[in-house]
Amino acid sequence: MATDSRESIDAKSRALTPAATAARLAVIGFVMLIVAAAFAAVGGWLSPHRLTQDRMMQAFQELNGAHPGFRRNHAKGLCVSGWFDGSGAAASLSKAEAFEAGGRAQVIGRFALAGGMPAQADTPAQVRSMALRFLSPGGSEWRTGMNNIPVFPVNSAQGFYDQLLSARPDPTTGKPDPAAVQAFLERHPETARATALIKARTTSSGFADSTFNSLNAFRFVNAAGASTPVRWAMEPLQPVEAEAPAQAANADKNYLFDDLIAQLRQHPLKWSLLVTIGEPGDPTSDATRPWPMERQRVDAGTLTLDAVSSEDGRGACTDINYDPLVLLPGIEASDDPLLSARSAAYSRSFTLRAEEKARKAASAVTTQEVRAGGKS
Amino acid sequence: MIEQEVRLIERQARFPAISRFLHWLMAIMVLSMLLIGIGMVATESSRYHVLVSIHEPLGIAILVLVIIRFVNRLLNPPPPLPESLPRWQRIAAAGSHYLLYALMLSMPLIGWGMLSAEPYPVVLAGPLHLPPILPQNAGLYAWLRQLHTVLAYLFFLTFLAHFGAALLHRLVRRDGVFESMASFGRSSPRVERKLSAV
Repeated sequence: MATDSRESIDAKSRALTPAATAARLAVIGFVMLIVAAAFAAVGGWLSPHRLTQDRMMQAFQELNGAHPGFRRNHAKGLCVSGWFDGSGAAASLSKAEAFEAGGRAQVIGRFALAGGMPAQADTPAQVRSMALRFLSPGGSEWRTGMNNIPVFPVNSAQGFYDQLLSARPDPTTGKPDPAAVQAFLERHPETARATALIKARTTSSGFADSTFNSLNAFRFVNAAGASTPVRWAMEPLQPVEAEAPAQAANADKNYLFDDLIAQLRQHPLKWSLLVTIGEPGDPTSDATRPWPMERQRVDAGTLTLDAVSSEDGRGACTDINYDPLVLLPGIEASDDPLLSARSAAYSRSFTLRAEEKARKAASAVTTQEVRAGGKS
Repeated sequence: MIEQEVRLIERQARFPAISRFLHWLMAIMVLSMLLIGIGMVATESSRYHVLVSIHEPLGIAILVLVIIRFVNRLLNPPPPLPESLPRWQRIAAAGSHYLLYALMLSMPLIGWGMLSAEPYPVVLAGPLHLPPILPQNAGLYAWLRQLHTVLAYLFFLTFLAHFGAALLHRLVRRDGVFESMASFGRSSPRVERKLSAV
């Protein structure tokens, strides 16, 4: 024992009485309890109404039933792959490697239908999505998920959750309770307005001629550090045909996916990445509100998709979480609260389906269907 | 009733300044990390992105610091515990300290490995990101993700025991062990000890 000085003292007055010891032990116990309570409070155990990832996942399950191994939303999908060539036109707005002229990023993508039912039949009205993962030679990675609707139906995580709950099927009728839907819309007027815009959209004949919108705003940052609010869209370079009434009556439950498979067998499909430049006053934190039509748009590059595979086969998209917050230097999140909400929910969804992988049923669009060229 | 006992006043050897600095720096980081981690998996709010953006680089910083700290511990061994400390408490102290070291080392590695297996980029700051340390594998991801949670709870419980023991040394035993880490003056604190022979 390192002892500088030792002096013997009569220390009887310094010894703790049993009562004092007990009191001090109680203080220690109390302080530890406070620390444990703080931990529990941050973890949400003391606030049962906090909207957590688990509650969001539970709402999906109440609406759609249990489908182990599938994404909780956009459950029915198909993997595609190809590349993205930057045009250089957006390089003055964003220093992102993907936008450099002549820069080519490898792309692993996924087309899907919104909703958590992995075996739902394709319909014209169902929202279509395109999710992309860009891998640039420099090692930077960017993921984005887009939908073929002009605005998003809700502008907050709570709105999304409330909408899921309002759409839950009534056990007796098997359909959503109209009163619950009405009550939801009255509490969320932004959804009523956005839904009107969504319903008024013209629907194209398939995935290949759909325009997919980022819906959420982001910020582009250039090499000088200047930051610009943007939204983006993938606009098809294929001729756009309107959805024909006959298509809806198609006996093929996967007609949208099968058409896509057949088209990709014939030739690559291309989209332009059009970046809309926001101006002061354009809402960046509210995905239910469109930006004015006259905003300047920049063609940042061309997406080419030339291969397709089932999610059950070599589908490289199956184990990708298309988290909209996987961004690269030059693209940053905006103040839109949905970005965090999506990122949080997608992460939980990914974890759940990774845990359930062994119990997953076959995907609706099977490996055989892709091999057969889309005829199911 | 009152026994006459002989006590000694002596100077408790302290941890070297570098050891104390590393301990308190990492105490703040680890406690922040535990709270950020438990908070970010239970929110759909805008805080999620902020918390995740801190969690990843902070975890890697802890990984680097715990290696430095382990080397420092070999170079500057901790001062011995008082002879009056019962054997089981010595074993508990040593065991919990090694457990804390093991958790500080393994938690960032498990986090990094789990994101590698997802695969999900580990961004430190701006263009600075870490390479994957495991191949893409959903089953491996699921297992590591679960392990990360279980060990986080173990970490918190071990921290709580460590914190409680520190308070016990300070308030009840008053044997200088607390001050050997938590005194910041120029010279070592004077503490009184019951002479074990008496």
